[in-house]
Amino acid sequence: MSDHGPSSLKHGERHNGDVNPRRKFVGQRVTRLEDPPLVTGRGTYVGNLNFPHQLHMRVVRSTYANAIIRSIDTSAALAHPGCRGVWTGADVADIPPITFRPTSIQGLEPYRQYILARDRVRYVGEPIAVVFADDPYVAEDIADLVTMDGEALPVILSADTAPGEFAPGLSTEALVLRKNFGDIESALSSAFKVVEVDVQVGRHSGVPMENRGALARIDHSRDVLECYGQGKRPHAHRDAVATLIGRSPASMHFYEGHIGGGFGVRGEIYPEDVLTCLAAQRFDRPVKWVEDRRENLLACNHSREQRHVVRGAFDKDGRLLGIDAKLWHDQGAYVRTHGARVPDMAMGTLIGAYHVPSYRTVGYVRMTNKTPAATYRSPGRFESTYACERLMDAAAEQFGLSRIEIRRRNLIPKEAYPYARAMEILDHAVELDSGDFAGLLEKTLVDIRWDELQAQVAARRAKGELVGVGMGFFMEKGGLGPVDGAKVTVDTKGKVQVITGASSIGQGVETVMAQIAADALGVEYRDVKVIHGRTDVLEYGIGSHASRATVMTGGATRMAALNVRRKALEFASRHLVEAPVEMLDIVDGQVVRIDRPGEPGIPIGKVAAALAPSPATVEFGNPGLTAEGWFETAGMTHPYGIHTALVKVDPDTGETKVERFHVAYDIGCAINPMLVEGQIVGGVAQGLGGALFEEFVYDERGEPLSVTFADYLMPTANEMPPVDVLLTEDAPSPNNALGMKGAGEAGITGVGAAIAAAIDDAIGIPNAITRLPVTPQRLKALLKQRGAVPA
Amino acid sequence: MKAGSFEWHPARSADEAVALLAEYAPQDGRVIAGGQSLVPSMALRLAFPSHLIDINGVEEFSRVRVEGGDLVIGACVRHAAFHAPVEPGPLGRLLTQVVHNIAHYPIRQRGTFCGSLANADPASEWCLVAATLGARMVARSVRGERVIEASEWFQGIMTTALEEDELLAEVRLPLLPAGSRAGFYEFSRRAGDYALAMALVAWRDDGGTMREVRIGTGSVEVQPRRITVAEALLEGRVASPDAIAAAAAAVSADVDPLEDIHTTADYRRDLVGTAVRRAYAQAGD
Repeated sequence: MSDHGPSSLKHGERHNGDVNPRRKFVGQRVTRLEDPPLVTGRGTYVGNLNFPHQLHMRVVRSTYANAIIRSIDTSAALAHPGCRGVWTGADVADIPPITFRPTSIQGLEPYRQYILARDRVRYVGEPIAVVFADDPYVAEDIADLVTMDGEALPVILSADTAPGEFAPGLSTEALVLRKNFGDIESALSSAFKVVEVDVQVGRHSGVPMENRGALARIDHSRDVLECYGQGKRPHAHRDAVATLIGRSPASMHFYEGHIGGGFGVRGEIYPEDVLTCLAAQRFDRPVKWVEDRRENLLACNHSREQRHVVRGAFDKDGRLLGIDAKLWHDQGAYVRTHGARVPDMAMGTLIGAYHVPSYRTVGYVRMTNKTPAATYRSPGRFESTYACERLMDAAAEQFGLSRIEIRRRNLIPKEAYPYARAMEILDHAVELDSGDFAGLLEKTLVDIRWDELQAQVAARRAKGELVGVGMGFFMEKGGLGPVDGAKVTVDTKGKVQVITGASSIGQGVETVMAQIAADALGVEYRDVKVIHGRTDVLEYGIGSHASRATVMTGGATRMAALNVRRKALEFASRHLVEAPVEMLDIVDGQVVRIDRPGEPGIPIGKVAAALAPSPATVEFGNPGLTAEGWFETAGMTHPYGIHTALVKVDPDTGETKVERFHVAYDIGCAINPMLVEGQIVGGVAQGLGGALFEEFVYDERGEPLSVTFADYLMPTANEMPPVDVLLTEDAPSPNNALGMKGAGEAGITGVGAAIAAAIDDAIGIPNAITRLPVTPQRLKALLKQRGAVPA
Repeated sequence: MKAGSFEWHPARSADEAVALLAEYAPQDGRVIAGGQSLVPSMALRLAFPSHLIDINGVEEFSRVRVEGGDLVIGACVRHAAFHAPVEPGPLGRLLTQVVHNIAHYPIRQRGTFCGSLANADPASEWCLVAATLGARMVARSVRGERVIEASEWFQGIMTTALEEDELLAEVRLPLLPAGSRAGFYEFSRRAGDYALAMALVAWRDDGGTMREVRIGTGSVEVQPRRITVAEALLEGRVASPDAIAAAAAAVSADVDPLEDIHTTADYRRDLVGTAVRRAYAQAGD
């Protein structure tokens, strides 16, 4: 850990202990190491993998949104000549419901999902049976022959109406979450003004290009059940699935291969993953399952559907005295991997970047007859940022302040960091590690040429155009710990292997780890090979989620590489070079003497060869040029940013066109700015989806209507505005030596807030937008209702 | 999302195609050309044809030609054929303007003009063109050939006058006379999506006066159609924004819009008026 205050740190000056300050690759826009197979058609996605004699599994899904299962008729399916097996809930009665991650939140157990429905179905798309065949087409033919007779029950489709019955004696209100600090009652009673907003985010989700899939088999040579196609958290999920199907974790391994997008939804513990592994075990044949897009939209986790009622108590200057917030979270039909993580985070992060002396929040976590919901990129924060920023915009209007000024008055001042809040998020105490939000705001205004932009907007408005600008300020979180490990090994050719527990879901983790390892060790980054997403080569790993991999796995990789470096230098000092270790360095893969520049060095491959097992190397300590490294962190990192959108509204059609989008983001330390920018632009695209296009819509009977890409509208290249990114490193995290904070979610968090604000501005109606996505139909109706266009 | 099983019958001539159709239509046989609607329906298992008569190998169906004042479009002419004008007059220009609104580039390389007509989706751009400009559809079967007027062709959502054993061999679109102007506009959620409303406006410019006015709408009602009350408001009038606004209002008043969970009749009614005004504004000279 650095003993400097964060503000005193500058790149190139940082050091801790024996750390070299070298930054040859860290911070550079080096090209991605992982791309060649991806752009030459050599990807190993699970769909590309096959084993001899494999079975294909097809899931039969409920067509009822809520029903008691009277019977499931499998006779026609079993009579099909190609059928190798049909299972219903009765056939997997020994498998417990799917677990969620450890949490201190109690009471969610009764809401878990069985891998195949028993007695009752609660959403259209719920697995009720699986069929097995030698061919995926035949499996689909057979699946069509399975029929369910159900007694339909009334459906519950919203979380903010009265709760009903999940099961006899069990409410659909699974949980009421509360967080409090400070004296909110006196804040409300003493306030000069209490400003209230009532806003909703629509149901949408991460929709990766690659659908979910799994391929499982038993390798009898090792007595190991292998499962391919698992991204995100291979170790934790291996342990969970092994427990569910009655194997020891050590007799089961997960491999992720290539993953076509994660976004929170991929790589969760879904019924289908458990079924695939169980089937491989029971049939003792390889079993492959790959969902189609319709299934993906029906059965992969949904997210985001929340209503927030937020009241802000302000003093006479527009400074917050407290926030009182209620949230209704539509959890869908079951509680899956994440328990109550999303509403918990939404509640914990709602007050965001602002100094809020008192806070009270209640979250009603309610079950509905829709697809189960869980995390999607920036879970809880996209929603809460939108709610909080709607409040700040409303307050600006009521106080007659500019939307920027109201924020300036409420941002946490730079001097206040580290900034503790007397509450927990995900069982962790909240302490914002570092920040200079006001500084970022000023840089943003310069970068977007705020005055010029305002003048342009005013000129266009004078000509009758409905153009407007909106901003969304957000506090993110990353670097979820507490501990991650890595192992670095140098081979006799001088090539470096880094084994990590991270997961590569398209974000560039191989390149980033290679950059970090290369600088720590003193080699070329292209000589570093990064292994990820395998449970068989590293005992522990946390995977990739919550913007954590660069911080945590990067921290561990750096420690391991530094340990290897130290070992190489100590061994060289003792056995290969007549020089004390202080006089040695590794530069471009050569052990060199600092005092004799230009003298040929010893390639580290030779050091590795010399470290091969021998009496001398055993005597030295342990053979091999290899070392592990462990990184631990006390707290999360808190990167932050500002999104700015310029939009134009077409009053005739209600269409919103996003003309420009700007993201300012303080990342602490950008290992590879090019990759960060890529992450941000991708995040903006997804955010625009949630703000303007994407919504899982259900009819009044609970029938999902958004089950193809003709109905679930994701923004395409045509809808994407140019995105400008301003990356700053003004507030490095004190929690790790490089100051890293995480990049995965920065592009999406503030989009809903910025777009809503920009549309308000464009149509000239403050706080008009209370519901996302803003579809043309809804906006046109709003314009007519508010008299902005002829009725 | 894997199709059920079917038998594939490639036809090498028009005669063979209609013979195959005569044989297999009663056994759930369907014609396949570009397959851009049929194949996804099969993959979603919404369509289960037992036999597919593939007409992509019929050479004469791939031709587009001008004959007797008509543009004659064969059964397998792809949408992409219209990316550049297929004839030098106003019709060729209009079709080039329209085609860029049809789905996406890869789909336009495969999907066909006649396939759109046979599919009769209410949101089809080509169906709107056919209905507004008075296309004639040539249906061929082993029984012979018959010509079906656009006014008879469309019979509701995805329903046409084509008999089970008939193949839509070609569509005859009358050329627009010299001095014609035509414009098209559609509004969709995203580029390439099915439109929420569309309009086609065409007239002959007679020294500033509008003659032979045609105003058609698509994606609004169960099928595309001309809105004759609106046409009458413009016929013989001098083109002006006010006149067009009146016609657009007449269109909005006349239509009986489709509704869905996203889109109210009111919204579509507004939108189609906008589409008429913008189609007029798009009209090239």
